[in-house]
Amino acid sequence: MLDRFFLLPIGLSAAPLAWLAVVALGCYHGLNPGMGWLLAVSNGLQARRGQAVFAAFLPIGAGHFLAMAVALLPFAVLSAYFSRLHDVSIAAGLVLVAFGLLKLIRRRHPRFLARIRPHHIALWSALMATAHGAGLMLLPAFLALCSGSSAVHGSMLALLEQSAGAAFAVALVHTAAMLAVGSLIAWLVYRFWGLRVLHRSWFNLDLIWAAALLLSGSIALAS
Amino acid sequence: MAEQFRPDPTFYPSPRLAMEAPAERFAFTALLCPDGTKPDALAVVDVDPNSSSYGRVVHQVDMPYRGDEFHHFGWNACSSMLCPIGGHPFTERRYLIIPGIRSSRIYIVDTKPSPKDAKLVKVIEPEELMRRTGYSRPHTTHCGPEGIYISTLGGAGKDGTQGPPGIFLMDCESFEILGRWEIDRGPQRMSYDFWWNLPQDYMVSSEWGLPPQFENGLVPEDLLGNKYGHQLHFWDLRGRRHLQTIDLGANHQMALEVRPAHDPTREYGFLGVVVDTTNLEASIWTWWREGGKFHAKKTAIIPPEPADASLLPDLLKPFGAVPPLVTDIDLSMDDRYLYVSCWGTGELRQYDVRDPMKPELAGSVHIGGIARRTRHPNGQEFAGGPQMVEISRDGKRVYFTNSLYSTWDVQFYGRHLPGAQVKANVGENGGITLDPNYFVTFGDGLSAHQVRLEGGDCSTDSFCFPSV
Repeated sequence: MLDRFFLLPIGLSAAPLAWLAVVALGCYHGLNPGMGWLLAVSNGLQARRGQAVFAAFLPIGAGHFLAMAVALLPFAVLSAYFSRLHDVSIAAGLVLVAFGLLKLIRRRHPRFLARIRPHHIALWSALMATAHGAGLMLLPAFLALCSGSSAVHGSMLALLEQSAGAAFAVALVHTAAMLAVGSLIAWLVYRFWGLRVLHRSWFNLDLIWAAALLLSGSIALAS
Repeated sequence: MAEQFRPDPTFYPSPRLAMEAPAERFAFTALLCPDGTKPDALAVVDVDPNSSSYGRVVHQVDMPYRGDEFHHFGWNACSSMLCPIGGHPFTERRYLIIPGIRSSRIYIVDTKPSPKDAKLVKVIEPEELMRRTGYSRPHTTHCGPEGIYISTLGGAGKDGTQGPPGIFLMDCESFEILGRWEIDRGPQRMSYDFWWNLPQDYMVSSEWGLPPQFENGLVPEDLLGNKYGHQLHFWDLRGRRHLQTIDLGANHQMALEVRPAHDPTREYGFLGVVVDTTNLEASIWTWWREGGKFHAKKTAIIPPEPADASLLPDLLKPFGAVPPLVTDIDLSMDDRYLYVSCWGTGELRQYDVRDPMKPELAGSVHIGGIARRTRHPNGQEFAGGPQMVEISRDGKRVYFTNSLYSTWDVQFYGRHLPGAQVKANVGENGGITLDPNYFVTFGDGLSAHQVRLEGGDCSTDSFCFPSV
């Protein structure tokens, strides 16, 4: 099943740069305390078990994966229906730039996130990633991968299957990278560094985050 | 408000890290003018022993109105901002939210760049509070996941009895009143204090009485008729719904301060009850969660002290005794010591509560009191008795003031109480002694109520990470 998604439609070697971007963004999301590792540390400390740190990453990963897939799928559908991928790229670029500008102008954090119960981790992870536009950030890389495979012609259904498969593959690889980095940091904080590290290493990434969205948008527009 | 690049250094992930952080250099004290001849104020006291102005008021913010009656107040943001869910680590612990319990006006005071330059930056008029919430008489302020939570004692109408009192939310950066917190208040009809356990997702609230029961003084018929509050309410914090009521028994009148353990893995806390109308005792209750339900049990009692009727106010003459009147309690950051103010008998007690079900008296100091009238070790008279208590984060210093509430001060002590703030030092293995060199007085005609400490204190900060 997996190799069908991974290998047949796209081919891992098709666009190494795009895959690198997908993985790099995963690492970046993993580094961000707000995307999960802080919650995992809290869970571990509360349960007083190292296992609980890693257990938290199951729902964190599920939520993150869902958020990525939900952000990418509409563009997967668009790219299947519009043969001219360029139009989709422009649409994606505009969405990203708009979202980045919104983040720049409206610096307040969405308050509804505070209403989520502490044990609804998957829901929190999905909404947190969505609210911050984490999935949108993957669009340029995703569209680059789609264009790499657009030479393969076929029925609409085949095209749709192909682009949807690519969306899942991108979300999966990205989430795997995020989980690897996030769980490594969570474990280091839990086991070795201690909570003191929060003050030294937690930076306000809001601006950088908005910049990343704008940059991704520009790449999509330029491509 | 500008966002910071790093988390505020006064947000502490765990109670232990809060204890290990640098000690407070300033204390903020709410001052009220009981006869309304001048405005209420916020005093800034230098509590840095190495400073030349140690133990003195170094700055005072006078309010633009009179008759507010300052009581409790709190920070716009605290350690709860580091919580993984609903946290907001790049705001600042910077603004003090000071409600007038009589006027229902709310003041916002900016304490930066230095507490010595603290200044008023915003006034929220009572009409605004009423329009947005239908509540009046704002009281306890806590910083939490959805912003600033403020409890109230009154509803709408002139005497605050139209509709129940409750809790409302305020934005922690714009100070805009967002509206009522409760979605379903269940049977809750009275309010006073509240606090929570953030990761366990529950809130606890208590009951004093409705405005007509306290604004013009304690109503003896209501007290003897057991009509003051005597219930604890437990709430679903994120769901904003009432879960459970525990009735302590109608004779346990005035369930006031709620102090949950600071360590979020500990699912218990304490409550102070002012007076048992059957025997004038005050009591400490321990509440806890077990099997998905909340429970509460009386775990300590403080007996009344017989006294000559000539020493007693009219209210107490028929009883020939002074009730302890437990009006404030405060739990040290390590959840080890519970401090209990006996405002009537003039005693501050320290209980060892490492076993929360068996508080053990570990220390005590006498000062003031209706009948005892104990002087401070420096020889000065201490009007009233120990009342609002605040413990330094490291647990070594306990600051307290002497006024309860303007009209009640007169009923129990026969006069308005000139504001005083003193300090007890805590022994290495418990025990407390009054510091003979610390006795802060405030301006003429001003009484003193709650104390808040720079960088947070033991009744402000709540945590999502345990101490390990």
